[in-house]
Amino acid sequence: MKIRSEQFKGNVRKQLADEALQSNLSRFGGGFADRRRDALVKVDDFEALRDRGASIRAEVLENLDYWLLKFEAEAQRRGTQVHWAETGAEANQILLNIARNAGVQRVVKSKSMVSEESGLNEVLTEAGMTVTETDLGEYILQLANEPPSHIIAPAIHKSRDEVSALFEKHHGTPRTDDIPSLCEEARGQLRPHFLAADMGVSGGNFLIAETGSVTIVTNEGNGRMVTTLPRVHVAMTGIEKVLPTLEDLSAILRLLPRSATGQDITNYVSILTGVRDEGAMDGPQENHVILVDNGRSRLLGGDLHDALRCIRCGACMNHCPVYQNIGGHAYGWVYPGPIGAILTPAFLGLEKALDLPQASTLCAACEVVCPVRIPLPDLMRVLREKELTQGLRPWHERLSIRLWRWLALHPGWYAFAARWGTRLLRGMAGSDRLLHTLPGLDGWTEGRDMPAPQGETFRDQWRKKQAAERKIIPIRLDPSPSEKKAGLKK
Amino acid sequence: MRIGLFVTCLVDAMRPSIGFASVSLLEAAGCEVTIPDTQTCCGQPGFNSGDRPSGIQLGLAFLRDFEGFDAIVAPSGSCIGMIHDYPTLFKDDLALQARLNVLTAKCYELTDFLVNHAPKPLSPGRLSMTVSYHDSCTGLRQLEIKSQPRFLLQQTQGVELREMKDAEICCGFGGSFSIKLGDIATQMADKKCAHALETGCDAIVGGDLGCLLNIEGRLRRRGDPHTQVKHVAELLAESLVNPQLEKS
Repeated sequence: MKIRSEQFKGNVRKQLADEALQSNLSRFGGGFADRRRDALVKVDDFEALRDRGASIRAEVLENLDYWLLKFEAEAQRRGTQVHWAETGAEANQILLNIARNAGVQRVVKSKSMVSEESGLNEVLTEAGMTVTETDLGEYILQLANEPPSHIIAPAIHKSRDEVSALFEKHHGTPRTDDIPSLCEEARGQLRPHFLAADMGVSGGNFLIAETGSVTIVTNEGNGRMVTTLPRVHVAMTGIEKVLPTLEDLSAILRLLPRSATGQDITNYVSILTGVRDEGAMDGPQENHVILVDNGRSRLLGGDLHDALRCIRCGACMNHCPVYQNIGGHAYGWVYPGPIGAILTPAFLGLEKALDLPQASTLCAACEVVCPVRIPLPDLMRVLREKELTQGLRPWHERLSIRLWRWLALHPGWYAFAARWGTRLLRGMAGSDRLLHTLPGLDGWTEGRDMPAPQGETFRDQWRKKQAAERKIIPIRLDPSPSEKKAGLKK
Repeated sequence: MRIGLFVTCLVDAMRPSIGFASVSLLEAAGCEVTIPDTQTCCGQPGFNSGDRPSGIQLGLAFLRDFEGFDAIVAPSGSCIGMIHDYPTLFKDDLALQARLNVLTAKCYELTDFLVNHAPKPLSPGRLSMTVSYHDSCTGLRQLEIKSQPRFLLQQTQGVELREMKDAEICCGFGGSFSIKLGDIATQMADKKCAHALETGCDAIVGGDLGCLLNIEGRLRRRGDPHTQVKHVAELLAESLVNPQLEKS
């Protein structure tokens, strides 16, 4: 997928000025968040489930090599072919070879974010194959030629009118604002593609090590068609998605749909194991799994390790006020929102996504809903630390942090700076006691005034009050500059 | 009970009345208040910008200034949240970490202290106004400050509390975020203002000056010179001047 994360600030300006997008974002707003809250009421101890989910994922990552090899062996034992890809490009090449060897012309896909990472559709199209996305949201975006803006609701930024207009243009059907009719129309369009496809490509929500199975969790039923109708099925997924047992899957499935859409369970949960049995009516004759690294193994054991626990529920973006205001496209790559602010720089390199870890108020709305307890704000702070120590922040920012820290560690000088700084600001304010512009702080004053300081600093006023009341002033460890001067004169 | 008041850098510079209000409230709740003169800032502006030494060095300064008190109170959930994080910064020095654990266990956000830990309960006085309370993020999520300020406001005679929509959603301040990504921060503040104004309140009230400056800054730019934006400590301290009337 084309990387636009470097232009984050420009993307943000565009998204904030896009009235249609803003209306779509505010219309859905906290929809998923409300549904999640309602779903949790029905669960006895969701916090205990979150603990369980976090520990299952953490333990797998401790021994990821073991569980992956176990998965490979069990999958192979059941006739699934397992491939390892270090990069997205390598994954695409493996898939292309599978397709060529099997004489594939027509490919249907269910949703796979890893294939968005690798840009699979372009590669298959260039090789002369037809690729059809069958997840409704992905299908809409394929018609619109746009990337997804959310990991579980890829077309969440589009209104029904926009979808209707797209369908009119591509299907030649009359406009309608009736959502069931639009779904029926997409179903009618997609059905022949399912029946004619030679190959189905899916993602994989989870890999089950003990059975060598790929699990996919969907609501539309397209995933089941993609993985069972065509003669070849390929699942493309990240190496971190493995779970040891079906028991673990059961625990995680109690967390995922509730966190994501507020559903107790999704409409479909498919556990795909091996190839079609002899004499069976359906299932693929060839079954492949491509295990994609694409930057993930670099995180293992490092300070961003915990981000690999992610089960891609999207709760962090559903609850993120920044995401809710700018939408997913602003983040400029596959994964938006708080988890995207970590994964994008982690996978692509920090210099490709400098603004993303800064794009958070660290309000922790994401952290308190994450089903596997990823400390998202802490990880964003880790990335901010890397930016600063690697000299990737602007010089004036680095200088002002150092200057500020020095002052804060020298109380006398700090008091001096605060005293004169507040006097200056008070002098600059108008009769309304507001600062309408502040040199160097345009980021604030473009959209907000700054209330001027009230008067002298608290500590100056307090000291005077104490002296007036003849109370004992605590001994100052660090004399103020004026006192130092006075001391020298003596 | 000897209390060390951590005034916070923003209150010191921008709105000292919150500091004086905190002193009055603590004294009314039976505390002896001391304000160490060498305090500056908890370190959060630097720490959240990625400067770990800010957190470490100012954590040590905080230890120097406040270790001797029975309890330490600040009129800010955000700063107390940062202070509670200090021990995690000293994983390599267990002795120091242990001292910080003891220290941070007695550091409280003001309203939490007044409701749950003060030597005697605060009896707020009387005011005449409607208010809407904005929950600041760190206080809410890290320290579970939610009911305490509301309890105190409801105890104040003549104060009507009206809940705004999305009171728990961030106002967009986020320290340097509000400057680095000012356009997003402005839109977030704008929504906060709109939700607060929908309640028809006289004052938007909160427990963190950073949020209040952000909200007031947006409110004034929107052209509203009237709606007050107040720290909960200011309101409560003002109420103390007017004793409660007996209900007839």
